[in-house]
Amino acid sequence: MSDTSGQTSLDTFPRLLMNHARVRPTRPAMREKEYGIWQTYTWAEVAENVRAIACGLAELGFKRGDRLAIIGDNRPRLYWSVAACQCLGGIPVMLYQDAVAEEMTYVLQDAEIRFAVVEDQEQVDKMLEIQADVPLLEHVIYDDPRGMRHYTQTLLLGLDELQEMGRIHDRNQSDFLDGEIEKGASDDISIMLYTSGTTGKPKGVCQTHGAFIAAAKGGAQFDNLTDQEDILSYLPMAWVGDHLFSFAQAMYAGFTINCPESGETVMTDLREIGPTYYFAPPRVFENLLTTVMIRMEDAGWFKRKIFAHFMDVAKRCGAEILDGKSVSGSDRLQYWLGNLLVYGPLKNVLGMSRIRVAYTAGAAIGPDLFRFYRSIGINLKQLYGQTETCAYVCLQPDGQIKLDSVGKPAPFVEVKLADNGEILVKGPMLLKAYYKRPDATAESLNEEGYFMTGDAGFFDEDGHLKIIDRAKDVGKLTDGSMFAPNYIENKLKFFQHIKEAVAFGSDRDFVTAFINIDLEAVGNWAERKGLAYSGYTDLAQQSAIYDLIRGGIEQVNADLASDPMMSSSQIKRFLILHKELDADDGELTRTRKVRRKFISERYNVLIDALYSGKDSQYIETEVKYEDGRTGKIAATLRIENVKTFAGNAGKQAA
Amino acid sequence: MAREFGDVIIDLQNISLRFGGVKALTDISFNVREHEIRAIIGPNGAGKSSMLNVINGVYHPQEGKIIFHGQERQKMEPYEAASQGIARTFQNIALFKGMTVLDNIMTGRNLMMKTNFLHHALFWGKAQREEIEHRKKVEEVIEFLEIQSIRKTPVGRLPYGLQKRVELARALAAEPNLLLLDEPMAGMNVEEKQDMCRFILDVNDQFGTTIVLIEHDMGVVMDISDRVVVLDYGKKIGDGPPDEVKNDPKVIDAYLGTSH
Repeated sequence: MSDTSGQTSLDTFPRLLMNHARVRPTRPAMREKEYGIWQTYTWAEVAENVRAIACGLAELGFKRGDRLAIIGDNRPRLYWSVAACQCLGGIPVMLYQDAVAEEMTYVLQDAEIRFAVVEDQEQVDKMLEIQADVPLLEHVIYDDPRGMRHYTQTLLLGLDELQEMGRIHDRNQSDFLDGEIEKGASDDISIMLYTSGTTGKPKGVCQTHGAFIAAAKGGAQFDNLTDQEDILSYLPMAWVGDHLFSFAQAMYAGFTINCPESGETVMTDLREIGPTYYFAPPRVFENLLTTVMIRMEDAGWFKRKIFAHFMDVAKRCGAEILDGKSVSGSDRLQYWLGNLLVYGPLKNVLGMSRIRVAYTAGAAIGPDLFRFYRSIGINLKQLYGQTETCAYVCLQPDGQIKLDSVGKPAPFVEVKLADNGEILVKGPMLLKAYYKRPDATAESLNEEGYFMTGDAGFFDEDGHLKIIDRAKDVGKLTDGSMFAPNYIENKLKFFQHIKEAVAFGSDRDFVTAFINIDLEAVGNWAERKGLAYSGYTDLAQQSAIYDLIRGGIEQVNADLASDPMMSSSQIKRFLILHKELDADDGELTRTRKVRRKFISERYNVLIDALYSGKDSQYIETEVKYEDGRTGKIAATLRIENVKTFAGNAGKQAA
Repeated sequence: MAREFGDVIIDLQNISLRFGGVKALTDISFNVREHEIRAIIGPNGAGKSSMLNVINGVYHPQEGKIIFHGQERQKMEPYEAASQGIARTFQNIALFKGMTVLDNIMTGRNLMMKTNFLHHALFWGKAQREEIEHRKKVEEVIEFLEIQSIRKTPVGRLPYGLQKRVELARALAAEPNLLLLDEPMAGMNVEEKQDMCRFILDVNDQFGTTIVLIEHDMGVVMDISDRVVVLDYGKKIGDGPPDEVKNDPKVIDAYLGTSH
């Protein structure tokens, strides 16, 4: 790292890239699996390709300050397009590739997009569909030409042809691009990432080169990242986490990013690459664990016995060994044996044998889940941040891991709490502005320059930050006690059978909840019990499933009862929804966060039924299929009561 | 979309096929032009699968002529049809259940392998080069049909819809000029059907493969085929573009029944 940190001029991403091409030209920068074989691009090859794309864009008339929309799965050529755009002083605008066409319209209009680089026919079709609503759009450049032989629209251009144009341009004016890179400055906007829009329209967050480089540098120093790391880039490119880990940190530290073959092959690709540095939201870790557990249940009794025994050993001392705490000799011996027989092979199956550092963020992670990974020796840590802070506010330091905190403020970051418990942060990684929204910018940055995260939290005795909920979601029950819906929902979601939950209770007498069951886990359970079902809706309404879920909710209630601040928040009534909450129906954001207000309007009837004492309610819901058609799901939902517990700490505190 | 077709590649003239006293096909004539998607429809037992079996040489009609690429075809075996560029899929999936998807698709290249099995056992020199070349082609097909994630999965463990896709992959691996699909969409849900339709259209478009397919789902047939032959009780009762066939009273009678 000495070669990058020593020079002060490496303050933009294009300069970092060209530097890597000079310093480590033959090191792998990117890998992509194609035709079943991992293809490697070295830093020199990446730089050459980026030059070609940049010059090609310039040839098409792309100017400094122009915005380039980039839409698609994690493909090397799309990452190159990000860098190419930055070389020209343009601003890449990342869109979620699974968004439907209308959702893209808003962003394309808002960012006044003239140029777009998209992955394939699917995305091209979306662009053509909304072309009339986005009159500024002049050029759509596509990576994969498959299926588009008969497309004659003049705005389309293949990325190969663009690069060819660019190479000619570069030969004729070889100093053009270097000049453009030279003009770039650290406080130029390097990227625009749209917030997921839990409330209102999405806002374009403008981040500078300086901000992302500071976040990348801080993270790299914190975890001693070198150019030897391998990371699997499989999370949406439009998400701030991917941009930090797969782009900014890779560009800063010079390590290798690996693009999976397709969305479905991630598990296999993970195993083949064996990353040393890994990032995943909690649900990915959860899915991995669920798959392992389901497969384990099908194993022979002997294997199950060994597995159960050594998992107990790991639970007892695994996390302590990882943290370097003192552990008795016999436990150490057992753990060593367990590593040989269970943890090692298990990590290998998960593709996690080589992991030095793994992070999770984006949602709360279940304590059991978190402990499981740490106990088998995977250095899984939590971090806290948002799009506006380059996903970089707090990190858990090695050896100081607490299950329910997000760690300490990261290097260069200052964190303080407002009077109402809201978390305020300041540092070089803060957003420059929301695009064309000075009002929103002013609202989110206070007069002292702190960014107001909107999260409520507190510091514990060791200076670790704990997050409770969104500050604005924290409400009150009619008896005046605190109601933190997220906190309750997260507790519910820690059960493997519950996929999503939505809790209600603000200004009500008691708390109620909607539940989404996890079709895979509950389906497997039903199969073993010999329950017949025809699909989600049918399964969800069976009384055995209600019993199963009620058991889980009772445990949550017992847990809540033990906390004096939360004991009034016990769930009294619940129902299982007839359909899975879906981003296509607007019920979740693209990052799978519950859109509380939308759901409470859409399912108003159900909420009324929960509070009116009925024991069933008929509902009809319109749903949108993946191909854009709409249909209806109708069902009569059962509503059931749950046992609550007396608060053992007494009610006087509330 | 203006579609252009080439010459007639297979011309069936007055085909009659009998199994003992049972007349499976009676005096059927139709042709298939290059690059077109030709559908054969009809109620159960109409003789559709028999027709495909005549085309790829499994059955030998007692009467009638088959002109393939301008030449009258003599009695021949299915593997000869395969070496002439005819590949097919089956109504009841005919894959090797215990083998992986990859290995199953590799069998589609079998006819093109020149080195003998001893040579392959040593896996050295020419045999190795040949294997790599075939594997590359197979990988292209895997990518084309988007089945990368199940490459190494034994076929028996896959759901029905995916097995159908693997069967199509094996047929494509043979790089056929003429692809025969026997009910490619039977037993699929709406989404799987849509995927399959897209793949069939893509194969036809990308590789220029001529396709003859049997299908029960009328929506699918009407959407993707260029011309449709309608069979009923072994006789041809209609032939033409989908719209024409759809409105033909004889066809409607065969499908919906009439009051005689």
